[in-house]
Amino acid sequence: MDADLNGRPDPDVPDASILSDTVFLTDLRRQMLKFATLQLANPHAAEDAVQEALVGALKNANSFAGRAALKTWMFAILRNKIADTLRHKQRMVDTSSLLHEDDEDEDFSALFDRRGHWHADERPASWGNPHQSLHQNQFWRVFELCLDGLPGNQARVFMMKEFVELDASEVCTAVGITTTNLNVMLHRARLRLRECLENNWFLKGERT
Amino acid sequence: MMNCQQATRLVSEAQERPLSLPETMALKLHLMVCSGCKNFSLQVPFLSQAMKAYGQGGEEESTAADPKK
Repeated sequence: MDADLNGRPDPDVPDASILSDTVFLTDLRRQMLKFATLQLANPHAAEDAVQEALVGALKNANSFAGRAALKTWMFAILRNKIADTLRHKQRMVDTSSLLHEDDEDEDFSALFDRRGHWHADERPASWGNPHQSLHQNQFWRVFELCLDGLPGNQARVFMMKEFVELDASEVCTAVGITTTNLNVMLHRARLRLRECLENNWFLKGERT
Repeated sequence: MMNCQQATRLVSEAQERPLSLPETMALKLHLMVCSGCKNFSLQVPFLSQAMKAYGQGGEEESTAADPKK
């Protein structure tokens, strides 16, 4: 695979263009590794999972119409592999580190007043038709930055639920937390993620 | 009447489990009078759709990121 990653660009062979795009492949690998490490909480297992997905996908790389299709395919393989690992493995995390990582009250008091109502400047605004943003490159950069900004435990369970698509009880088993813990973490993750997207994207106007 | 912190909690939990009838009623009443929470209730399903579209080549091919209901 190193050979593929280090291959020279060859403009005469269009089919090989993806494989010789080292910037694209290196960046893709970085994204996959970050995601796998967060989900599996085990650097070695994450390396293995990413390696498998890369090797599998690169074998068929010439049949992909473009970078986006290749990326889709690689993430699909990786996601399946992670879902499988999480479902079948006993929990792999020290749960104590998950539960008192951040202070719940502090989180909420930044957003809500003592009576539990929004602070005036924190109240969610209308996003209009947000789905158009899904087609914009810049949106995904902001989205990734916002995911990165979540505390690790919140990002992990949010992605496990919404991206790996485990159901809530499977997430609880994989991470070793109660449903109540999970609900609190997801609530906070959604509040933070939406705030970040609103401040850095939706209120700034959609850019192309 | 429930407050915004409780309302957003229920909106979030509705992604994981069906709400009970009393919860649904109380939440609906709150959303009728609270634009902030109403906006939040529209944003939460979008976050879910965006997360599912993430890594699906959404950066270059719009078809892959097609948001389904």
